[in-house]
Amino acid sequence: MHLAFVDPTLMLGQFRSGLTTAMFLFLIASGLSLIFGVLRIINFAHGSLYMLGAYIAWHIVHYLVGNSLVGFGIAVLLAASAVGLIGFFVERFLLRHVYKVAELYQLLFTYALVLIFGDVAKFIWGTQPVSVQRPALLSGYFDIAGVRMPHYDLMIVCIGFGIAYGFYVFLNRTSWGRIIRAAALDREMLGALGTNVSLLYTGMFVLAAFLAGLSGALVTPIKGVVPGMDIEIILDAFIVVVIGGLGSLWGTLLGSIIYGMVVSFGILIFPRFSIFAAFILMAAVLIIRPWGLLGRPIR
Amino acid sequence: MSERQSLLERIPWTLVLTLLAATVPFFASRYYIDLATYIAIFALFATSLNLLLGTTGLVPFGHAAYFGIGAYVCGLLMGELQVPFLLAFVLGGLGGALFAAIFGFFCVRLTKVYFSMLTLACAQIVWAICFKWNEVTGGEQGYPRVPMPDIPFLDWLPVHPRSLQMAKFYLVALALCAIGIYLLRRITLSPFGRILNSIRDNAERAQFIGIDVRRYQLYAFIIAGGFAGLAGGLFGVYKRGVFPDYAYWTKGAEVLIMSILGGINHFWGPTIGAAVLILLNGAVVSYTEYWPFVLGVILLVLLFAFPGGLLGGLETLWRRVKGRG
Amino acid sequence: MLEVKNLRKSFSGFVATNDVSLTAEKGKVTAVIGPNGAGKSTLFNLITGHLVPDAGEVLLEGRDITGIAPHRICKMGMARSFQRTNIFPNLTVYENLQAAFIAYGGQSLNMFGVARRQFRDKTEAMLESLALTDVAHMVAGEMSHGAQKQVELGIALAGDPTILLLDEPTAGMSAQETRESIELLDRIAKERGLTLLFTEHDMDVVFSISDKIAVLHQGRIIATGKPEDVRLDAEVRRVYLGGGKH
Repeated sequence: MHLAFVDPTLMLGQFRSGLTTAMFLFLIASGLSLIFGVLRIINFAHGSLYMLGAYIAWHIVHYLVGNSLVGFGIAVLLAASAVGLIGFFVERFLLRHVYKVAELYQLLFTYALVLIFGDVAKFIWGTQPVSVQRPALLSGYFDIAGVRMPHYDLMIVCIGFGIAYGFYVFLNRTSWGRIIRAAALDREMLGALGTNVSLLYTGMFVLAAFLAGLSGALVTPIKGVVPGMDIEIILDAFIVVVIGGLGSLWGTLLGSIIYGMVVSFGILIFPRFSIFAAFILMAAVLIIRPWGLLGRPIR
Repeated sequence: MSERQSLLERIPWTLVLTLLAATVPFFASRYYIDLATYIAIFALFATSLNLLLGTTGLVPFGHAAYFGIGAYVCGLLMGELQVPFLLAFVLGGLGGALFAAIFGFFCVRLTKVYFSMLTLACAQIVWAICFKWNEVTGGEQGYPRVPMPDIPFLDWLPVHPRSLQMAKFYLVALALCAIGIYLLRRITLSPFGRILNSIRDNAERAQFIGIDVRRYQLYAFIIAGGFAGLAGGLFGVYKRGVFPDYAYWTKGAEVLIMSILGGINHFWGPTIGAAVLILLNGAVVSYTEYWPFVLGVILLVLLFAFPGGLLGGLETLWRRVKGRG
Repeated sequence: MLEVKNLRKSFSGFVATNDVSLTAEKGKVTAVIGPNGAGKSTLFNLITGHLVPDAGEVLLEGRDITGIAPHRICKMGMARSFQRTNIFPNLTVYENLQAAFIAYGGQSLNMFGVARRQFRDKTEAMLESLALTDVAHMVAGEMSHGAQKQVELGIALAGDPTILLLDEPTAGMSAQETRESIELLDRIAKERGLTLLFTEHDMDVVFSISDKIAVLHQGRIIATGKPEDVRLDAEVRRVYLGGGKH
């Protein structure tokens, strides 16, 4: 056990990396949380959507636009949109048939999607890891109190908070937002109120897919694109959502930050057991307060 | 009063299937003896899961934890402390049951998705311990020195000498799995099993016929964990090594799929599911590397066409045929 | 037999049960009526241990059972049926009743017997008395609503209870089914000397068989007494405004 935590530079550095991790986890976990809150489905395939976003972004950068700032930006947006589109087809033609089915079979369904998407990706892009270089304009870093804050990481953090704020505005100030909040509390009422429920569900799923794809695309310069990233990320996303509370957006943000920090600082204090930290945290939350820090008990 | 027992139900299936399975080494190649061993072990593992899934109505994602614990306990005892196989095997099962008791105590206080998530977290914690505790578990590399037990009393088997080692272990494993499955069958059909069914169907109602629902769910959890541990012990010996991924949650997902594939509402569903899945896997991987895709498609077809699994589908077919006649 | 004293329960500020006191006399039929939302189910849940009251006591034959877990209360001789039909849908009618006998008969931890062979005589006798013998081997979840209610009654009676609580026993039934069901209940209660406490919506049902009626409104008891007296009570008439069928 090191006494490294007395070194402020190191602490700041860990804080920075923890925050970055938290933000792109938030992007993917927010979609997961939303899908659970509104559609009441635990979407294992969310990690696959994330992975597809990464692969598509890489593909566009590698074959089409190159990694200039503009090119990269286009690739990211296109990839996220493509994944959103995939989400549309999945929801419209497959998912909607399993809403009425027992939970166990819904899980089975999303797991089947994981298997299928995983192999589709393998088929198209092979098994070798690939990655995208950061665009030149974003590969520098700020020097804050002796700690390096890469421009790219800062951008991700800003995007994360931006999306969180966007959600806040959307959920609290728009009529669709109000409907979604109502849906999270009582779905059956919605139909009775005359809302076009199927449109709502499709919209939600597409939005969640878009965010997952966005997250995947943005992470390519940091983590690279490898097979298996879908399963790895979905576990992390579950942990975040459980800690924060299934269906609560602020909870997801809080959960992401907590998770990011725990993992980041856990490595300093107990390097050997950092992989425990996340699961023990998840278990502790489930035992003490199952519906998460900011969640509500589900009916 | 007319009983519901048809001819089909009166056949002692455990005995019949075991005897059938026991003939494998005498006419099949090593490849099939290997597969058959795999099937027997996973049949036990999946049937133990179904005590929770189909009988009690609980959906654990983390059943792999007890499989892994059983494997490590049995394997390490045999490898490091030269404990005889049968004893280590039983201790593996007890190890699984013990941890199931500890984890289960917390898990059964939760319902539905939270229950599932907590069992998942528990499995990952077990995995993490196996992964990191280098001194004891061998860490990431696992422990590849689990000895194959000597089985001298079966040396007379009339099989090809190259298959003898495998055949001997297969028959022992088959016998042990058959006993395990038989015990699970007795439990499922017992009054206790009926109470578990009542909890599955309507926990609130069960409370009001005097059942402390949490306590009974815990008992089921412990029993299931124990038998999973036994299966794990066998698996470790069979593979000559124990590795952290035995406790990784995706192992539990495999048996969940096997159970659903075979049909969770039938006792033999998980066994059939295990057999079909393992055989299919064996067949498909020799043609293509895209087994996950094939599995995914099978699952989708299953979901939309045969939600009751293979045995469920057969039963529906049977009823329709009987109805017409 | 059953005494409820000053029971109080609120949920995040909303007072569902407000200082409720009630007595159900041995061998008699007591009804609790009230409009929707009056708190009838909450009251029942407080009595049967599904909810723990904030204040007050519940006494069964003199014993304090306040807040005790449901599975223990039912072993003391209290049985309950629920508003939404509560049976074991995937088991047959026969198996439903058998499960109840197994539980009440202390065989719940028997892992070596064969469930099918347990308590056959008792199950068959119960089927007879409920006129369910013909459908004994049908899956309970596939049966008509009325039949399911009877199965539920059988499950409740399997434990040979001394007091039976029924939460809206005729909810969702046609007039014919209601009549038959009430006759059955009445007959069985008299045969076994059961104390009956039930909640109901249907006025006619209540007045025909009750010995005593308590009227619940917004969590409070506003009137208690013999049916004729309650019917004439001014506040009751006001609350029910033309009362009668829902």
